[in-house]
Amino acid sequence: MEGWDPNTKSTLTKIPLLTTKAGPRDGAVWTQRLKEEYKSLIAYTGMNKSNDNDWFRISAANPEGTRWTGKCWYVHNLLKYEFDLQFDIPVTYPATAPELELPELDGKTHKMYRGGKICLTVHFKPLWAKNCPRFGIAHALCLGLAPWLAAEVPILVDSGMIKHKDDKAAATAS
Amino acid sequence: MEAELKGLMNDLEALKRAIPNRSHQDSIAKMQRRAEQLVDLANSAPNRRCKVKDMSAEVVDSNPYSRLMALQRMGIVENYERIREFSVAIVGIGGVGSVAAEMLTRCGIGRLLLYDYDTVGMTKTDAAVQTLADINPDVVLESYTLNITTVEGFETFMASLTNKNLSTSKSGSGIDLVLSCVDNYEARMVVNQACNELNQTWMESGVSEDAVSGHIQLLVPGETACFACAPPLVVASGVDERTLKREGVCAASLPTTMGYNALKDYFPTMEMKPNPQCSNSACLERQKEFALAKPARDAIAKAKMEAEASSLAECPVHEDNEWNISVVADSNVESTAVHGSSGAISYSSPSYYVSGMIFLITTGAMHLSALPAGLVHELPRADEFTSSPVTEEASTSVEDLEELRRQLEALNAD
Repeated sequence: MEGWDPNTKSTLTKIPLLTTKAGPRDGAVWTQRLKEEYKSLIAYTGMNKSNDNDWFRISAANPEGTRWTGKCWYVHNLLKYEFDLQFDIPVTYPATAPELELPELDGKTHKMYRGGKICLTVHFKPLWAKNCPRFGIAHALCLGLAPWLAAEVPILVDSGMIKHKDDKAAATAS
Repeated sequence: MEAELKGLMNDLEALKRAIPNRSHQDSIAKMQRRAEQLVDLANSAPNRRCKVKDMSAEVVDSNPYSRLMALQRMGIVENYERIREFSVAIVGIGGVGSVAAEMLTRCGIGRLLLYDYDTVGMTKTDAAVQTLADINPDVVLESYTLNITTVEGFETFMASLTNKNLSTSKSGSGIDLVLSCVDNYEARMVVNQACNELNQTWMESGVSEDAVSGHIQLLVPGETACFACAPPLVVASGVDERTLKREGVCAASLPTTMGYNALKDYFPTMEMKPNPQCSNSACLERQKEFALAKPARDAIAKAKMEAEASSLAECPVHEDNEWNISVVADSNVESTAVHGSSGAISYSSPSYYVSGMIFLITTGAMHLSALPAGLVHELPRADEFTSSPVTEEASTSVEDLEELRRQLEALNAD
């Protein structure tokens, strides 16, 4: 984990780790895992709010907790850029990490696979694999999505690939 | 298309009669000529051939199987037509999968099941079915547009693999082979999961980012290493993967970095035994079954050897050996060939040992759960963690799932 900023590192240590190794096909054990996911997400969201670093909303989109939807945002040059966030829990979870998707950015950056799946290969997948099953959704957001947004949003804005919603509104009004 | 073209011709004719203006007549006549050309083109398009009931070896231009059936006469295969009893599932219809599908179709395979969720104007699987049906209408084609990594997609995937009703095979299972032609680690792990659960033999393939090397792996559940038995090199050894990957590209996954090298035409092969500590429980079950079946396997092998020994006549195969030809073991051949080739052929034996060593590191890391020198565990190890207070807290808490969901939603609300 050399190369990670001290803030991320200290935040990471405070996100509760998970213990149950179970995927969505594992019945009752999955429910146990899901409870741990919630606890870890609640702790992380609360921590972000108290540190004035609130940057995502995520909730289960089905009762089984296998599909998650929400929003994430990033502030660049004092402007807030918000994106839809979605992902499925893979059948091989937690051996494989969830593939986080930002569908609105599909086709706008090379750091992305089909369907808006952000590229986690280099900076996140090895960490996830080494820490299976202790990392969960909260860790994927903290170590996978947050650094991706920090690296890609400024490039997307500066290259004109994405526009702030106020600029877009102004452009259509004029 | 024929009806559309005919309609167009009629419309043009009606237009010609309706407009008396001479200057327009010329341009309408020009359009009519173009439409006639289109009709000609449509008529000359190759028609799909009829289905062939029985494969024949007769060499006539109407028989597409004569060359394949010739393999039988040449003694390469015993009964070529048995290929029609086999079903193959191809997961991922991209650079590898579409070519594999085409080759099997041209060979006259009985049934192909195609899986992909990507599109190329239409779904990739439908596009493949269209093309393949034109190539060989005898093949039964099934198109599945789904993502096998999701719970829903996986259920359909498993059901399609075990569906015996549609099977052309006379044996019990729904299919005979699964080909993994996907481009990512997640999908490979899902194919691995399905095949371990179904005790299904499968082949894994991959092409490197620079497109000059790749790998092929045969996986027999319980008998050989499964895809989860040996985690990717980087994960297991802690090697900085940026040394393996090109910057700025998000392409195929890591395990594709070992195997065939086309630039050096070097294809190392190795056998991998299953990992007794594999994280995949279905793999462990298959390993147990394979171990239990060992006496039966040994008996069959012994019987086969004895049968072969008895069938061989005691007298030598050739009465005389004028040129002193003898059979030499493979290892001897390689060393003598290197000496004898005067540098024309360079065997890459050192590289072979390097990949062998990488694998040793990988397995070593798995067994000792120790990282190579210079690397440290950033977080508490699993065994240490279980004794940490967090675990106790988790096990003693009796919070309801609904309560937790409500808490998160409350946080999400503002």
